[in-house]
Amino acid sequence: MNSVPETRMRPPRLDRAPAKLANALIRSAKVIDPRTRIDGYHDLLIRSGEIAEIGAPGSLKAPDGAEVIAGEGLHAFPAFVDPHVHLRTPGREDEEDIDSGSRAAAAGGFCAILAMPNTNPVVDDATVLRALQDRARAEARVPVGFTAAITRGQAGEELTEMWELAEAGAAAFTDDGLPVRSAGVMRQALQYQRLAGRVLALHEEEPSLSRKGVMHEGIVAAALGLAGIPSVSESTMVQRDCALARYEGGRIHIQHLSARESVEAIDAAKAAGVMVTCEASPHHLTLTDAAVHSLDTHFKMNPPLRTEDDRQALIDGLRSGVIDCVATDHAPHAREEKEEVFETAPMGVTGLETAFAALVTDLVMPGHLKLATLVERMTAGLEPFGLLVPTITKGAPANVCLADLSASWEVGDSGYESRSVNNAFAGRTLTGRVLVTVADGAVAYRERSFAIGVAR
Amino acid sequence: MKHLLSIEDITREDIERLLARAGSFAEVSGRPIKKVPALRGRTVINLFYEASTRTSSSFELAAKRLSADVINVKSSGSSVEKGESLKDTVQTLSAYDPSAIVIRSPHAGAASLISRWTPASVINAGDGKHEHPTQALLDLYTLRRRIGTLEGANVWIVGDVLHSRVARSNVLAFTKMGCKVTVCGPPTLIPREMDQLGCHVRFSLDGIESADVIYALRMQRERMEGTFVPSLREYAACFQIDGRRLRPHQLLMHPGPVNRGVELSAEAIDSPQALITQQVESGVVVRMAVLFEVLSGAREPSPESAPPSPQPAPLGGVA
Repeated sequence: MNSVPETRMRPPRLDRAPAKLANALIRSAKVIDPRTRIDGYHDLLIRSGEIAEIGAPGSLKAPDGAEVIAGEGLHAFPAFVDPHVHLRTPGREDEEDIDSGSRAAAAGGFCAILAMPNTNPVVDDATVLRALQDRARAEARVPVGFTAAITRGQAGEELTEMWELAEAGAAAFTDDGLPVRSAGVMRQALQYQRLAGRVLALHEEEPSLSRKGVMHEGIVAAALGLAGIPSVSESTMVQRDCALARYEGGRIHIQHLSARESVEAIDAAKAAGVMVTCEASPHHLTLTDAAVHSLDTHFKMNPPLRTEDDRQALIDGLRSGVIDCVATDHAPHAREEKEEVFETAPMGVTGLETAFAALVTDLVMPGHLKLATLVERMTAGLEPFGLLVPTITKGAPANVCLADLSASWEVGDSGYESRSVNNAFAGRTLTGRVLVTVADGAVAYRERSFAIGVAR
Repeated sequence: MKHLLSIEDITREDIERLLARAGSFAEVSGRPIKKVPALRGRTVINLFYEASTRTSSSFELAAKRLSADVINVKSSGSSVEKGESLKDTVQTLSAYDPSAIVIRSPHAGAASLISRWTPASVINAGDGKHEHPTQALLDLYTLRRRIGTLEGANVWIVGDVLHSRVARSNVLAFTKMGCKVTVCGPPTLIPREMDQLGCHVRFSLDGIESADVIYALRMQRERMEGTFVPSLREYAACFQIDGRRLRPHQLLMHPGPVNRGVELSAEAIDSPQALITQQVESGVVVRMAVLFEVLSGAREPSPESAPPSPQPAPLGGVA
């Protein structure tokens, strides 16, 4: 079998605005990093953006001028990464731009994100890609990688210039928002991967099964008279693409799993040796189609919220590792577009600022998932793309999320760092609040009310 | 009751009260001057985003018989065509201080959505494929006048259940009134998990002889052929209610407009068991009852505007 030749390729790029490297001492926080098996109370010293020391509580001294952050009662994790966000730039900067989207990421505890290419114009040539990287170098609060389309204009017909896009630093290829409808085109993309490298990230949906569906096909859709999207619309495409990836020896990443059948298909493919990874979103892990009964457009997304049985399969998959990582599929939409009837409103919800709290509240607190497992899955999302895996290790770049797991807060109708407010958890009280995010060595977010001191 | 958004939202007691009120308004409809001052000075806006003959005209007539002022707004020829959003249209119309907005929309949940944006009472006159509550109420009213009680009646709803708001409202309405409901149609036109809504599901007419009432749905012929059924000819062969399939003890209903020769044969339509014309007649009194109910609930009407008789008229037919 052929493997993806990453050696001669330029690595995928992450870009961000110049930022001051942090010098800080986080004192006596509960530090959890499942990869380095840290799970206890420690002092963390960050010097010039690197993790300089990890010591017993009270053992480390802050150098002159370093910021001292009282971590007592707080948790420190490796900061999270998100392989799936929509920054709506270029084209819909009214909904999100690189500045606001990366601020939202930092506020959610994320230290790096990948932006999807379904913008206007589509990121399907290197000129658009380079322009975005330039903007990220001017605006991004956290490192941002840009993915490029698999097919020109995401039309599903001709491949993009994948080699040139990869050379320019595209982080992955994806037609996200749309499936690669043609099996033949999908196969060619997998063949071409041997030249261009990079993982193919796939939105899996069979259009002839989804048709004009707007929610999960099942009892709620039957009661509301809404056209349904059956689970098999997703799982049959997952199976198709796993079979193609196996045949071509390609490397694929399945985006936003929603159905039990899809989890089972990935499990089987992994067992058969297919090079496949996958992600699940906070909303699919915490909500079901029962929420759609209200016809609230904040519960309209693609793939749709499915049944409790599907949700349990996703949680099991996340716990067992069949699902490799959490990805928010942060999808901002203008308020007036969501203030419409369910059938015509656009699909998608924001998620960066609520992901961690939603999963702590609905998965960790009820005991469905260990906190350490959640941290592992929220920090694993860039690994499939050959990008960073944040870790709390001496000498590593500082990527740290400091959170208060006893803090409850009501998700508001406004007050987000994101430019959009279409959040599925609006009105809910969640537990777990991100207080500080250090991304690639620099403080990217600090909750306004959070007290800090400077060492004298 | 401030709004009438769905049958799902209301109880059997609500339904009984509305049907009783409709019975009392039937007396008004029998007068030479068919008008009472119950809603004098109130404004009712009919906001129709879809073509409609029966529903819009009967709502208009119902409001006028209650002496309300009526404005009809249709999507064609209005600011909707200029791209105005539903929210802006509703807030604009609300500036005229209507007591009620009657809305027909091609989309599920429209009535419920606009009830958040206007202080007026909202009546759902059909929202997408979701519900059509006043149709269900007039069907109950019509059937009860004919057979007295609905408790235990065996009702078969036949045809395109998938695309039918009438089917969804009527499954709920008949079930709430104690009927045994079966939905029947081609498997491509029955939503998955429909049986979990409390009805039986059949994919052929086998067993329909047990039905007391056959409620045929309209086939939307323009979007059916080749996608949901191979041909209307085959549909008719399997599911058309004709003189042979309609047994003498059975009653026949249909929400209209009928496709003659598709879901119903001419013989069935013209048979004495067909209640189709009575359904249309009932539309006015039932919608009078609904308008009166939501508006008297929202703001107490003055005593002289009360309906002529608080008691329901005696039901026709045999018990």
